[in-house]
Amino acid sequence: MTGPRKGENESEDEAGGIAGPARREDEALLTGRAEYTDDLRDPDAAHLAFVRSEYGHAEIEGIDATAAAELEGVLGVYTWDDVAASESPGVLPSSTGSLDCEVPAHPVLARDRVRYQGQPIAAVVAENRYRARDAVDAVAVDYDPLEAVVDSVEATAEGAPTLFDGAPDNVAATTDQGDREATEDAFDDPENVVDIELENNRLISSALEPRAALAEYDAAEDRFTVTMTSQSPHGHRQKLAHTLGLSERQIRVISPSVGGGFGHKGHHHPGEAMAAWCARDLERPVKWTATRSENYLEGAHGRDHRTTAELAIDDDGAIRGLRVETHANVGGYGLDGGASMPGWYGGLLSSQYRIPAIHCETHAVFTNTAPVHSYRGAGRPEAIYVTERLVDVAARELGIDPVEFRRRNLIEPDQFPYETPVGASYDSGDYERGLEEALELADYDDLRARGRDRDDGRLRGVGVACYTESTGGGFESGVVRVHRDGGVTVSAGTHSHGQGHETTYANLVADVLEIPTDDIDVMEGDSDSIPTGTGTFGSRSTIVGGSAIVESAEAVLAKARRFAADRLEVEPDAVAYGDGEFSVRDGAESGSGSSADTVSFADVAGMAYGWGVPEDMDPGLEETTFYEPDGTAYTFGTHVAVVAIDPETGELELERYVAVDDCGERLEPTIVEGQVHGGVAQGIGQAVSERASYDGDGTLLTNSLDSYAVPRASHLPEIETGQTVTPSPRNPLGVKGIGEAGTIAAPPAVVNAVVDALAHLGVRHVDMPLTDEAIWRAIRDSK
Amino acid sequence: MTTHDIELTVNETEVELTVDSRTLLVHALREDLDYTGPKVGCESSKCGACTVELDGDAVKSCTVLAVQADGASVRTVEGFADGDDLHPIQQQFSAEHGLQCGYCTPGMVTTTKHLLESNPDPTREEIRTALKGNICRCTGYQNVVNAVESAAAALAAGEGESAPDDVELQTDYPTPGED
Repeated sequence: MTGPRKGENESEDEAGGIAGPARREDEALLTGRAEYTDDLRDPDAAHLAFVRSEYGHAEIEGIDATAAAELEGVLGVYTWDDVAASESPGVLPSSTGSLDCEVPAHPVLARDRVRYQGQPIAAVVAENRYRARDAVDAVAVDYDPLEAVVDSVEATAEGAPTLFDGAPDNVAATTDQGDREATEDAFDDPENVVDIELENNRLISSALEPRAALAEYDAAEDRFTVTMTSQSPHGHRQKLAHTLGLSERQIRVISPSVGGGFGHKGHHHPGEAMAAWCARDLERPVKWTATRSENYLEGAHGRDHRTTAELAIDDDGAIRGLRVETHANVGGYGLDGGASMPGWYGGLLSSQYRIPAIHCETHAVFTNTAPVHSYRGAGRPEAIYVTERLVDVAARELGIDPVEFRRRNLIEPDQFPYETPVGASYDSGDYERGLEEALELADYDDLRARGRDRDDGRLRGVGVACYTESTGGGFESGVVRVHRDGGVTVSAGTHSHGQGHETTYANLVADVLEIPTDDIDVMEGDSDSIPTGTGTFGSRSTIVGGSAIVESAEAVLAKARRFAADRLEVEPDAVAYGDGEFSVRDGAESGSGSSADTVSFADVAGMAYGWGVPEDMDPGLEETTFYEPDGTAYTFGTHVAVVAIDPETGELELERYVAVDDCGERLEPTIVEGQVHGGVAQGIGQAVSERASYDGDGTLLTNSLDSYAVPRASHLPEIETGQTVTPSPRNPLGVKGIGEAGTIAAPPAVVNAVVDALAHLGVRHVDMPLTDEAIWRAIRDSK
Repeated sequence: MTTHDIELTVNETEVELTVDSRTLLVHALREDLDYTGPKVGCESSKCGACTVELDGDAVKSCTVLAVQADGASVRTVEGFADGDDLHPIQQQFSAEHGLQCGYCTPGMVTTTKHLLESNPDPTREEIRTALKGNICRCTGYQNVVNAVESAAAALAAGEGESAPDDVELQTDYPTPGED
């Protein structure tokens, strides 16, 4: 596979001057020319805003919109009654098929009860965004507050407030993964059992661009165009069709530049659906842009697991079994797939280890909090955190170095494909090599030799975390369309929102077709002009979208070769191709004297669309592939964190962070590295500063960037990266996803390091986020 | 709602417009003048995506009223490039892969220019401190810091020719009433 290859339009200065652009998409983004949803100007557009619940749990006694409706410039005020009277179902589809209970889906506007703070109650449309906010303030809602419950364990306790009659114990679903009996046996008579109780803190994805939509309705065609902040244009088309009661063919979803997603922009929320609904009702384009606080209130949030776990170990340090029980908070409603996510989260509990028996019981629990759904990592960070914390605790209690304990239990290179007891089939790996690479980069032995104490009075700790990550599920569409002049348009159903698909895809096609990348355009984000696809999430785009595009490009080249053969008057297998030119292969018999010596790729394109194509050939030079991989690709690696803690104040400094990742072939190393950096930063954010918190009444305490602590430049260490390369046999590119690795590995690496620094004080575990206060309390409580 | 007639110089183009008392500068720039480079990420000065240069200072335009900027000179990210030539800071953000989704980038570039004008040769730590008012959720800041370092070196070497104050007048942006 080729390394990073930049567009031919760059100016490489060989004298060591200014390097060229790293990506094709950069210039538009750097100059302000790129258009994000809220950048789109439509002079006719009205603005939508929501009246949101002030309470975490309440009956709605009445809504008085009179004053709001009378404000100048207010075009409409809508409640659930208006939606119910329309032809739209008005609910957000949920995967209730995977739930154990019959509960109502999330309505776009509350019916008679609100189940989380920020749930939309009424929608207001006005001539401009300021007036829409005025109108929101003018709507009077009469609430009858109810007792709330926000914790997933407390919600299942006897006498807890209930959210739905159909789920009297608040349990949405209970799922078993692995073999309960075999795991019980493993715990029958082990030499050692260690346990841990931990929380995987609730997070908010915090893409810098808030969700937004501009919805237009064409009454003559009965058709919508919804331009929106989407990671998954076809996915949103399907969901909008469900909520609005339409066929998918009646909706065009356009996703322009998108300012980060991290899962949140794959979910289905009331904003975009109500923008479309209002556009039809008012026969006006309607724009909606969430505020930061609205984005935080509405969710979907991520993580929020409460877990108890035990590890059974032989005296020689071999792991015999792992037993896990988790209460996963799903919030006030099952928001599309959100409530079923806990049902598969345990699939990575084996991490990199041979664990003969694993059992995981997960309870997905309704609480009076914003819905929880996938956030970068989505179940995988939760699983790996459990195992990597438990492994560290076990090593310490057995008196074995945590690295040595890991080594003893690693899956060996010759054991692949490796089937775990929790249903994962690892495709390929060399886990020990990744581990050793990380240890060498971190200089682990030296760190250990230098010990905990230093001259500056601070305590040092080293934390190691190994991980695996499932990447690249589902199908994707990929089109390679050659135009009459030889120019190429590539499209895929994925949607880049920072991942640089334009660069990666153009280079992939340029490699196959051997034409300049400047002759290739890449298009994403339009459900009308791109065949149905799946979208960008789950570290899947290069694996699935990239493979689909490459298959299409190879099919295009095969057909082009046949056209060229006709022109060269030889058999296709006598045709050679290189640098955009077809010729007769050396040693092959050439055509008649009148035939051309060479045919360019552009000439072939002209033939494909000319009058009268060769016999036995169809006109046109365009291929569409719907590709699904031969199974999941499992990324893996080892991260190491080095921390210094002031024992008096609890102040934590992350002195070093080392990330060694194996995502198979690296097509665009610069982009891959950027994904590692970003993932690690979010993982460190979870470990040290981020936690979405509710008070007991269901009020979100972290409802802005003041109170929800996203890492800033000064909070993060330099991230030192390394790699091993173990190609995946399950896709033609040999790639594995890398988008989420850092969010998986960083939390256990950092927590393991902090506990390593404090273990001599008797600290066994500290829940994230490891704020100075949390560490100070852990030190104090240990005394 | 009381309205005010104000004058601004945006990217060296003089514009007149009428705004409500409460109109934020970022909304006047984005919605009235169509300079959508400055982004809105938090509406509370916390994220820095809306950072513009206001009379030579790097300012969060989401917490400045448009009327407060009457008579002021504003530079948005649209005013950084010299024709087709990117500003050295823009060039280095691309060369170092200091942007992913790009939403924070206009603010990052503006803050970087302000930093390098007051401190042409900052340490990495100084860069991280200077950028603490600009949130990036994609890059982990590593390549952003690299980009600022490289930009400092490029500016010191006089590369790119378009020193910060030499940017030519932009003529291809709409003025009010050109919708």
